[in-house]
Order: sequence, then structure tokens, then C-alpha cells
Amino acid sequence: MTDTSIARRSHRPQKASGLNPKYIPYVLLIPGVLVMVALLLYPMIQAIIMSFQKVGIPQIREVNPKPADWVGWENYTKIFENDIFWSSLRNTLVFAFVTVSLTLIVGTGVGVLLQQLSKRMSTILIVGIMFAWAVPPVAQGVIWRWLFDAEAGIVNWALNLLPDFLATALFGRADWTGVPWLNEAYTVYIALIMTVVWASFPFVAVSVLAGLKSIPSELYEAARVDGSGPWRTFRSVTFPLLKPVFAVLTILSIIWDFKVFSQLYVLLNGPTNRGAFNLSMFSYAEAFRAPPKMGSGAAIAVILTIILLVVTAFYVRQMVKSEDVQ
Amino acid sequence: MTTLTNPQVKRGRDKAKTRKTLRKIALNGTAVVLFIATIFPVYWMVTTAFKTNDQIFTTEFIPFPTSFTFEHLDRVLSEGVAGNSIWLYLRNSAIVALGTVAVGAVFSLLAATAVSRFRFKGRTSFLITLLIVQMVPAEALLIPLFLSVKRLGLYDQLLGLIVVNVGLTLPFGIWMLRTFVAAVPKSLEEAAWIDGASRFTTFWKVLFPLVAPGLVATSIFSFITAWNELIFALVLMSDPSGYTMPVALQYFFGQRGTDWGAIMASSTLMTIPVIVFFLLVQRRMVSGLVAGAVKG
Repeated sequence: MTDTSIARRSHRPQKASGLNPKYIPYVLLIPGVLVMVALLLYPMIQAIIMSFQKVGIPQIREVNPKPADWVGWENYTKIFENDIFWSSLRNTLVFAFVTVSLTLIVGTGVGVLLQQLSKRMSTILIVGIMFAWAVPPVAQGVIWRWLFDAEAGIVNWALNLLPDFLATALFGRADWTGVPWLNEAYTVYIALIMTVVWASFPFVAVSVLAGLKSIPSELYEAARVDGSGPWRTFRSVTFPLLKPVFAVLTILSIIWDFKVFSQLYVLLNGPTNRGAFNLSMFSYAEAFRAPPKMGSGAAIAVILTIILLVVTAFYVRQMVKSEDVQ
Repeated sequence: MTTLTNPQVKRGRDKAKTRKTLRKIALNGTAVVLFIATIFPVYWMVTTAFKTNDQIFTTEFIPFPTSFTFEHLDRVLSEGVAGNSIWLYLRNSAIVALGTVAVGAVFSLLAATAVSRFRFKGRTSFLITLLIVQMVPAEALLIPLFLSVKRLGLYDQLLGLIVVNVGLTLPFGIWMLRTFVAAVPKSLEEAAWIDGASRFTTFWKVLFPLVAPGLVATSIFSFITAWNELIFALVLMSDPSGYTMPVALQYFFGQRGTDWGAIMASSTLMTIPVIVFFLLVQRRMVSGLVAGAVKG
């Protein structure tokens, strides 16, 4: 809004019906703010409080519930002593790092490819990758669980196609029929990374394409005249101009990949294999598997939130600066 | 024009032409491979849903099924899973998603108008709050909301799930919609305003029609989020008749092996509406998600 518009507006006589224009934005915000306070901020505060309490069946039963006991840092110290927490933390961090990197690399590559293609080819490819993007997370899990099936899975079938000497040299195994992928944490995460990268690179690709289209072609011509090769052009022209796009894409990918739950839930068949938990799954399992330890689950969720806030703080600052938030 | 007949130049041009053709083949070849690789898992879901069991449970690779059956689709629609037909779960999911969108669209439009049409005290803090609450993982809200929903008597009710989903989708909805509102030139509203239209008329007759496409895109985004939501539905619904699709799908994974034909048929049914929506609003969705970032 510019100052002139305010000045112009004030020339107009106030209508009798008018509420003071100063208050209009606040009135418009009431429903949204109420929802956010009731459903996001208040529960968040409650989660923090609960992380210092012992909340089990006696506290949540409907008949004659007991008040929650204050246990101080006990939930946290117990979690830090738990091996499952450390393996979950490792799984969360390694998975997020690998997946975010792969998603951005593949997505950017495909975005650049889309720009080089003819209009018709690029539309066809966009529609194609859109299918992967649109599949609901639970269905993604279902599909990849089937592709990684020990007996009838395509992955094992494809690995069987490799020449025996090569497969043996690479993986120490020639016959893949019946090899279970979803029993061990390490291989579960290979499947999970494939699943999530497959489903999330299209968004990066389409966003990068939108960014590329917004770069004036004169810049590329100038670069060409100056004798800059394709890689150099990408590094010195494209990348700096697309930096804000990459910042947003990185932050969104980090947020999404740190909290991945649905796909892991399906691939693991529920919270069964504790060694393959990530922090989301660990928190869920603590709070909702018998015996329910809600205080401990809340503490894990608080830790996950803090990690996310710290990791993304830098990017949020950048975004706040580049967006017209002020 | 004499240069055209010069054989050396001609040879050079032929070479450049060959290189261009080769480049084109390489690009299009990559595109085709990528297209097939990306769409294959979706194709595999759909074909598995219509294969007969002897072609599903085999170590052979059957890219083009020679058997075709509606048996799995029939079974999930009549028998279903966990005691109910898949129709019921699709209906539940639709109720939750549409309810979320109906409430969310109104609330986010009001809030988006406030932040992109007015300057006021607290505006910046509100916008930063919008960003920060998106970092908060659902698990952090899950436990307290589970207890609140129970206390309010909304446990096992679709209404409870709608309320929760409104909370989950609203911040992003406002964030996305505000760029669409901001994209409508203010001068249009000012013109109507000067011509004597009331604030409400200006909003309803000028701003709203121009923001409508953005509102549709935002609503579809919220719809998809609510449609796909698993973890809250898992925790807030204990009676199978209230399950949504993502929860119901888990019940196909039985102790004695999985009925892959049935689960693929159900997954396909769940995926179809999302794909339709995606193709409808793809372009606007991207612009809404990364808007502001592109212009730098």
C-alpha cells in the first residue's frame, strides 16, 4: 500500500455504517487468529508442559482421572538414556539430509531439462511427473512397499537382471529373489528415500522451471557473448538469480522431510521395528502404544520441534527478509 | 548471399545442424526415460489393481498384463476392509476434506485480505507466526489435541477431525492466499471505492472475483492435505465406521499376507481425485507456493 492511496481514501466522507477503518484488519483476523491460538499455539504450550509431566492411563481415563504428576526433567533424561532415541535421531537427520539434497539436485536437473525441451515435450513431461507428485503419501508407501516386496517386487526382479559377477562384486549377492528390504532399518531407509524423492522432486522441478522462465533472456545472451559455457552460465547467472527460489524450496523440503510419517508408517507396517523409527514415529509410539507415555511422547515432539526451528531459523530469516513481510 | 554457396560455410552449418539434432535427441531421450521412470510406480499401482492374482503374485515381470479383472475393485467396494465398504471410507474422507475447505476458505480469505490490504500494528508478527507454526510437527500437537478432543466429546467424530484439519491447513492457506490477494491491483478497488461503492461491495464485486482462482488453488491444497492426513485420523478415530481412507488402507496389511490387488484398487480410488485436482490447478499452485521468492 502506498501513502497516496491512504491520502486519497481519506478524502471520501465516512459512511455512517462504518466501523473505524483502523479496526477492520483486526476484525478480519479474528477467526484465523482464534483457530491458530486454539489449535496450534495452545496445544503447543500444553505439549511443552506435558513434557515435564507423567501422563499415563490413570491421567487420561474418562472415569475419575488423576491429575498429572510434575516430574521435572525426568522425561527428557529418560529419553536421552534410551538407545531408540539416538537411533531415531540419527535416522531423522541422515534421512532428511540425504533426501533434501537428492530432491533438490534431481528437481533442479529436471527443471533445467524442462526449460530446454520444446513446449509440447515439456508439457507432457510435466503432466507425467505430476502423477508422482499427486499420489497421496499413504498410497506412495503402499506402492513402494509393493515394489520392494521380497518375492514379487520389481526391485528384486531388476537386481536379478544384473549379470551375476557384477551383482556379486557390488552387493555380494547374485540371487535377489526373496531378499527382504523392509526388515532392517538400513534398507527400509533406502526404500523410504526412494519413495520420498520420487514424490517430491516434481514440485522442485516445476518451481525451478517457473523461476528459470522469469530470468530475462538478455542475461543469457550477454553471458554467451562473453564466451561463458553452460556450466559457468548456470553458476554465475542462473543460480544467483534463483537463490530465493532455492531458499524456499530448501526450507519446505526440510520441513516436509523431517516430519515424514505416513510413508514410513506404511513401509514399516506401523510402529513395529523400533530400530527404524524416526523421531515422529518414536513420539507417536511412546504416546499411543500401550502403555501410553504421553509425557515422554510430548518431550520427543518438543525436541523434534526445537531441532526443526534451529535448522530452519537461518532460512526463515532469509525468507522474512526477501518477502514483503515488513 | 555469396557466403551461402561457399562450401566450407555450408559444411560448418551442416555440422552445427547435426549437433543441434543430436542435442535434441539426447534431450528428448532423457525426457522419455524420465517420464517412464516417474510414472511407472503409478502405472504399476493401477495395473496391479486390475490384474488377476496369478499375475500379481509372481516373480516374473509382466509390464502389460494379459489378464484383466474387476474382481479386486468389486471386492473392495462390496466387502471392503475392517467391516465396511471402501465407499464409506471415501465418503468419510470427502466429508472431512470438504468440511476443512469450507471453513478454511472463509477464514483464510478474511485473514489474507487483512494482511495484504492493510498495514496495521502486529502485521509482521502475525506473518512470522504463520511461518513458524508451519515448522511445528503434527506430533507436537497430536497429544494435547487428542486429549482436548476427548474432553470435548469429539472423539470418534468426523467433526473433531474437521476441526483439527482446519487448524493444520489454515496457516499455509493464509500464507499462500495472501500472495494472490496482493497480486490484484489496488487501483481497481480504489476506483470502485471512489465511485461510491461500500467496503463490502468493493470486496465482494471487485476483489473477490479476481482472487477466486487463487482461492480455488488454495482450497484444493487444503483439500488434498486433509484428504491425505493420516496421523490424526489414526489417533482420533477408533471405530472403523469413522475411518478415513489413509487409516482404512492400513487394514489390508493382514497377518496372513497382504491382498495386494485389493489394496492397489483402493489406493487407486484414493489417488484419482487428487490427480484430477492437481492437473486442474497445477500452475497456480506452484505460483502460490513459491510466489514472492521468484521475484526476489
